[in-house]
Amino acid sequence: MVAADLPYWAQSLLRVLGGTVAVLLPAGTIVYLFLFKMMSFMQSRLGPMEAGPYGSMQLFAEVGKWLQKEDIQPELADKRIFKIAPLIVLVSTFILVAVVPFGPDAWFTNFETGVFYALAVSSVSVLGILIAGWSSANKYSLLGGLRAAGQLIAYELPMVLAVIGVVIQAGTLNLQGIVVSQNAGSMFGWDGLGNPYILTQFVGFLVFMISVQAELTQTPFDMPIAESELVSGYMTEYSGFRFLIFFIAEFANVGVFTLIASILFLGGWGIPFSWFGWTSVDSIDNWMNVVGPLIMVTKMIVLSFIVMWVRFSYPRLREDQLQRFAWKVLIPVSLVNIMITAVLKVMF
Amino acid sequence: MVQLSDAVATASTPEPLALPGDGLRERVVQQLRDVLGEGLVDSLVKPGDDVWVRVRPEAWRAAGFALRDVVGCQHFSFLSAIDWMPSPFGRGEDDPTAPPPERSTEVRHGYTGGDARFQVFARVTNLVEHFGVTIKADVPAGENGDLVVDSWLSVYAGANWHEREAHEMFGIRFAGHPDLRNMYLPTEFEGHPLRKDFPLLARMVKPWPGIVDVEPLPGGDDPNDGTTSGTTSGTTGDTEEGGE
Amino acid sequence: MTDLVDRQKLSYIAAQAADARLNVELETEGMTLNIGPQHPATHGTLRIIVRLDGEQVVWADPSAGYMHRGYEKLTEVRTFPQVTSLINRIDWLGSFANEVPFILAAEKLMGVEAPPRAQWIRTILFELSRIANVSLFLGDLGVQLGAITPVFMAFRDREYVLNLIESATGGRFHPNFDRIGGLKDDLPKGWILETRQVMKKLRNFCDEIENLLFGNAIFQIRTRGIGIIPKEVALQYGLSGANLRASGVDWDLRRDQKIPLAYDKIDFKVWTHPDGDSFARCWIRLQETREATLIVDKLLDGLPAGPVMAKVPRIIKVPEGEAYVSTENPLGEMGYYVVSQGDLGPFRVKIRTASFNNISIVPWVLRGVFVPDVITILASLYFILGDIDK
Repeated sequence: MVAADLPYWAQSLLRVLGGTVAVLLPAGTIVYLFLFKMMSFMQSRLGPMEAGPYGSMQLFAEVGKWLQKEDIQPELADKRIFKIAPLIVLVSTFILVAVVPFGPDAWFTNFETGVFYALAVSSVSVLGILIAGWSSANKYSLLGGLRAAGQLIAYELPMVLAVIGVVIQAGTLNLQGIVVSQNAGSMFGWDGLGNPYILTQFVGFLVFMISVQAELTQTPFDMPIAESELVSGYMTEYSGFRFLIFFIAEFANVGVFTLIASILFLGGWGIPFSWFGWTSVDSIDNWMNVVGPLIMVTKMIVLSFIVMWVRFSYPRLREDQLQRFAWKVLIPVSLVNIMITAVLKVMF
Repeated sequence: MVQLSDAVATASTPEPLALPGDGLRERVVQQLRDVLGEGLVDSLVKPGDDVWVRVRPEAWRAAGFALRDVVGCQHFSFLSAIDWMPSPFGRGEDDPTAPPPERSTEVRHGYTGGDARFQVFARVTNLVEHFGVTIKADVPAGENGDLVVDSWLSVYAGANWHEREAHEMFGIRFAGHPDLRNMYLPTEFEGHPLRKDFPLLARMVKPWPGIVDVEPLPGGDDPNDGTTSGTTSGTTGDTEEGGE
Repeated sequence: MTDLVDRQKLSYIAAQAADARLNVELETEGMTLNIGPQHPATHGTLRIIVRLDGEQVVWADPSAGYMHRGYEKLTEVRTFPQVTSLINRIDWLGSFANEVPFILAAEKLMGVEAPPRAQWIRTILFELSRIANVSLFLGDLGVQLGAITPVFMAFRDREYVLNLIESATGGRFHPNFDRIGGLKDDLPKGWILETRQVMKKLRNFCDEIENLLFGNAIFQIRTRGIGIIPKEVALQYGLSGANLRASGVDWDLRRDQKIPLAYDKIDFKVWTHPDGDSFARCWIRLQETREATLIVDKLLDGLPAGPVMAKVPRIIKVPEGEAYVSTENPLGEMGYYVVSQGDLGPFRVKIRTASFNNISIVPWVLRGVFVPDVITILASLYFILGDIDK
């Protein structure tokens, strides 16, 4: 235990710094890599090229630009709530990243019920979005906020149900435990790859990723923002710094959710334990605390690539179609998935 | 009506039923005369090309129904009006500082003639037999000078906006139209812009550069000597481009 | 067809029900939403006032006029050749197509006919402006539905067409190339070869859009069965162009009228669709873009030699008379009713634009739909503000 050797204030400081990095780094990576570059290449253009080599400093230029902008508040807005709404959305990202383990010892907190906690706090952002839509005193914002509330609540359920399959299979609610059980596991006696749950829980993975797409309000589920209908949905009245916070929160959320998805389904930070002869989490070499986060980031990039790919190519659903999809397709499918998983768990 | 094809795509170029020099357009006039009787005032047929009819203002709506149901012109193209009075301002090229020149005020009507200064006209198309009909009607000024004609709203639903437009541009009221709000202009706008006696202000306040923009010969006397100065800078502000 | 009409009736009943609910005290309060004049989905400054019950539209009232430029008045103070530079700006995405019907009307009154080569080149440029116009529609359609990639493809490939128009006429957006009696100039050298290559690219673009957008399941459920316009209603409102053909009316002014353009010299397909919904309208436009590229290819094959300008007097005076000439413009039937009194300029020009009629159906078709569908229906009706406001 590395952290145990440090005094408490140093641990806290490290955690705060680590949490900030764990939120902002994925957000920056996703924005630059996917939003700026990949989208441009998909659309036969180059994207930002001026700021820094290949436009790599564009992100900082954008942040600088937004920070300079005037912080406009509508006259009729509920000012105090209007101001804290973006912070609530961003904070939910921070408290979500707290349970994500990045290595055998590189974690912020190690809840016994990490999955439960993660799913619970991930819906805090709904509150932020809802009050942002309400307090803006704008009809488009209101429609956007209400749509967001309906959508996020509807997709919370299939997400939870999809995770239950994983939890049944792992036998634990601890995210660290889920990582270990995937990497220490074996498929039909062969442990060369461990047992990533994407194979056994593929249906769960699909449902989870679709729900994540909806939770993140990315196209095809971006009705809360729906720039061609609602101008910018709940963000319509936000500008400058506050818009920046929404923007960061959006992409930080992509990062955190894909991190959680990679933990639940892709084996998280781990590499199959059989490669180095590890047996349990205590026997893992210390260098995994450095390699583990890199593996996590790689998996996160792959998964967020998929999220972004879908975002750039799909048109948007309609609100009622989205709800129908959640309640009539995703939830029954994930319920069946839970049933089958449970039966197989008992049988084997 | 047109035969609906079951297939999504239909083969192209069926022969149009209207052939040049046909009796088709004469038939239209005959059919209208049968229905309207005295209501049909005048007609003009250009064989193989086009047909104009003029009806009495009282028969305007009946003519619409006749065109739709008897002649079979299901497709509504447009409805508008025309002010036959020659513009007292000519083509807006007078020097605003000089006294206005004398102009003929004689009203010359176009095809199928007319008795009033204002006419409404509309065009409807028969999509089966491939011809269009232009129909006109005088709009005589009633007492206290208001111009009223029946609305075509019940004949062609699409006449709604066209009548609103004609109302604001010419000041013609369409009896039976529920909603003659302005389409383009502010509600409190006074005047009817497409009437000939409504001045085009851009041409009134400043000499039209097309007239004064005479480039002097090199070496020759410059008759204006820069006094009118209305050379190339005289954009009238009415030709602004529509942005993308 | 019958079940579609039933659907429309259903949505009408839904609108009535929504209306009734509004009148019940203490239950719900409707919301009036202004879509526009500055709104991402209105291609300019159209304003649509919609009364909402939840997200369902109870009634909608489009309010045009934010871009009214008074062209009908302005034409009365201009000479015939000067008018073309005005009317170029009506439908600014397919400008050349605006000039043609007016020039044809003037020629008809004068009894002049352009030489064959001029007619063919006119037709080619006409179709090119159709492609330039509608390809942008196809890309923009994606944006309205939330797919951001197609629009960049549209801009990319439209650029080739604009380059062609520019190299032939000198103007990218507003060619002002058509003259009474013919054209300003002949085609430049190498243009024909280049055009063929560009047409190939455009066909590729159509395939791309078809795969990326039209084949997409979400696109289909967003547009199929939405905004159905039965053909009786379409005729009543004077819809034209792709909107009319999407309602199952087989009517195309390129084919169905005698007009001195080269359309009767070649064989082409007029696409219709029986559904009359948003998807049908978009699909027709996609097919028409592809068809237009084929038309251009065929016209290039048969382009006759000869002069591009007939003998016309230097100072053009148009004899007294009236003429209405309309053509099948990218947006639909565009016509000019020209009244001349033997003067240098027209006495009165009534401009019949396609979008004006196409948008006048909006209050009818928007009843009882949802807010997102307002956007798709507007997008599929395809209007250009300059074409509504004139």
